[in-house]
Amino acid sequence: MISQIVSAVGVVIAGVFVCALYYWLSDKILQAVFPVPVDNVRAASVNLNRRAMVRPWLFLGPALILLVVYLVYPVVATFILSFYDRSGGNFVGLANYRWALQDAQFRQSIFNNILWLAVVPAACTFFGLVIAVLTDRIWWGNIAKSLIFMPMAISFVGASVIWKFIYEYRGGTETQIGLLNAIVQAIGGSPQVWISLPFWNNFFLMAILIWIQTGFAMVILSAALRGIPEETIEAAVIDGASGWQIFWKIMVPQIWGTIAVVWTTITILVLKVFDIVLTMTNGQWNTMVLANLMFDWMFRGGGDSGRSAVIALVIMAAVTPIMIWNIRQANKEMGGH
Amino acid sequence: MSAAASLRRIGLPRLIVHVSVLVICIIWLIPTLGILVTSFREAGQITASGWWTAFTGAAETSAARLGEPSTAKQEGANYVISGSAFEGGKGGTVRAFGTRVAAPTEFTAGQPADIGNGETLTINEDGSYTYSKNAPFEGRGKRVYLSVATPPSFTTENYRTVLTSQGIGQSFVNSLTVAVPATIIPILIAAFAAYALSWMEFPGRALIIALVVGLIVVPLQMSLIPLLKMYNEIGNFFGVPSRSYAGIWLAHSAFGMPLAIYLLRNYISGLPREIIESARVDGASDFEIFVKIILPLSFPALASFSIFQFLWTWNDLLVAMVFLGTGKDQLVLTGALNALLGSMGGKWEILTASAFITIVVPIIVFFALQRYLVRGLLAGSVKGG
Repeated sequence: MISQIVSAVGVVIAGVFVCALYYWLSDKILQAVFPVPVDNVRAASVNLNRRAMVRPWLFLGPALILLVVYLVYPVVATFILSFYDRSGGNFVGLANYRWALQDAQFRQSIFNNILWLAVVPAACTFFGLVIAVLTDRIWWGNIAKSLIFMPMAISFVGASVIWKFIYEYRGGTETQIGLLNAIVQAIGGSPQVWISLPFWNNFFLMAILIWIQTGFAMVILSAALRGIPEETIEAAVIDGASGWQIFWKIMVPQIWGTIAVVWTTITILVLKVFDIVLTMTNGQWNTMVLANLMFDWMFRGGGDSGRSAVIALVIMAAVTPIMIWNIRQANKEMGGH
Repeated sequence: MSAAASLRRIGLPRLIVHVSVLVICIIWLIPTLGILVTSFREAGQITASGWWTAFTGAAETSAARLGEPSTAKQEGANYVISGSAFEGGKGGTVRAFGTRVAAPTEFTAGQPADIGNGETLTINEDGSYTYSKNAPFEGRGKRVYLSVATPPSFTTENYRTVLTSQGIGQSFVNSLTVAVPATIIPILIAAFAAYALSWMEFPGRALIIALVVGLIVVPLQMSLIPLLKMYNEIGNFFGVPSRSYAGIWLAHSAFGMPLAIYLLRNYISGLPREIIESARVDGASDFEIFVKIILPLSFPALASFSIFQFLWTWNDLLVAMVFLGTGKDQLVLTGALNALLGSMGGKWEILTASAFITIVVPIIVFFALQRYLVRGLLAGSVKGG
């Protein structure tokens, strides 16, 4: 164990050193290859130009290599693999897509993903907005905010253990030690095995993600709310608007853009949700979602890269509109600079 | 000031705001509090009562055997056995007792109970008992069941167990081995790239920026299959294990790269032009400008990103499941916790202690560096989208 710590520390130091060495050395080599003679102004300016042409690529090089190898190439490869059989060796045309369309588990996953998409972003944004408005009005708001924000630091697996304990069910006459069942029992209901209740169990899993992500929505929306000019709200107050009207007719329209950003960010997260379903139910009791189904097929029976790729592509297709919108937005911003 | 007066001073709507925020905070905090409290309780207590009763003490049912018939003393017409139902130092307060396991709370402590056969049993709160019969006792010592209120007791035993015998200690080191290099390596690479994309003119710059922005949202799932194949081929070709720390460092670095470049570029391109221009006029090379000016000035952005990346790599399960082995020397905390959930189903003393160990580092990082985290979030989503 000690040796592992030592080697990890060694890697950090070596890694940083190698990175720094690369940038330093490549710069030195560049200067040696294209020297700038003091006595020859023409040659100097030519070489300075050459240096300026090459240098960006030296700086960008490692990042570009990582991006291409780990993200760009795999996207293309996954697309191609979706037309091949389980081993990736034989072309099978659209067979994997046809399989997906009539596979019951795939349909279940699509249905569940749509359910998640309908509930989680909306719930997070709504709770985030309400909490942001409320906490902005009290002196201990920042303490409250950081408590609500804290679950963001917790891993999905950790959060799943935390919530599994809340949903814990004990059979027979044993004392219910799960908080939810204890509450249900206290108000006269009968305890349930929450995570295996078909359909409704999806919502018990969603609660975990909502618990984690509401803090994110709250922080961003709270910053946006503070950006609303005070005169606007003062004017509304003078005109006799009620708190409710100010919230819906002044505040919400002003931060519409930010709400969209929060909504889309959580949407992307929801599409990729994997850990929660894996640890809570592993897709049993009709809780399967696309990311888990994809992982399942990656290893099921030795792995089926074709079917797995099709499922990955469905997730990709769902985020593509957001991706295009983001790129457009970024281009617009750069044009404005 | 009376309550009514202070209410008037605060105002009812304001009070409602205070109360509702308080309620929300409690709801948000309770789940975590639950496992924190439970992780310090003894296994027997965890299953005997909800964690919310941990501070008031739990009612535990235990079995005890009364003295052997040979210890009976004759008092007039009756034979009496007396002693303490608590043996071996176990203590507590007896609330009730019974003679059948199905009804351990049949009789109230301290009151004589007629248990048939002409036998009378009294068990007092302190555990002392008087057991009398109008005839000699026969057979073995009688078995009784006690409902004992134990005072709240907490233990660190669960933590000792999971850290040593459940391999959580080793996994903790593994997680650090993954997370620390996977946080530091991408920062440096991304910072150089971000500088090039902000302050250097070259053809294709806009295209690369668009690519980076687009790649931010590409789901990890798209990368897994080809990379898994690639890693296996590289492993076979060079005869090295395909699942290694080096492999996951590079994977995490690459997956964090788009957001890193994007965040750092937003920040670095916003630095004042005069500083960089005047350094260039003074003859500094881009490398020198980067190291001496850009890096120190970008500290807030670097800090923001490193927090993100650290939390993401520490909390990640999927990448570790695909690119790291499940052996003792490579299983990270999230993976270990997931495995325990499968094998230790109802053993909450193990699960809660393990869960708390996995979340304690990110929570410390979170509270210590929250300012930078918030700043990074705002830079990442409000500005660009």
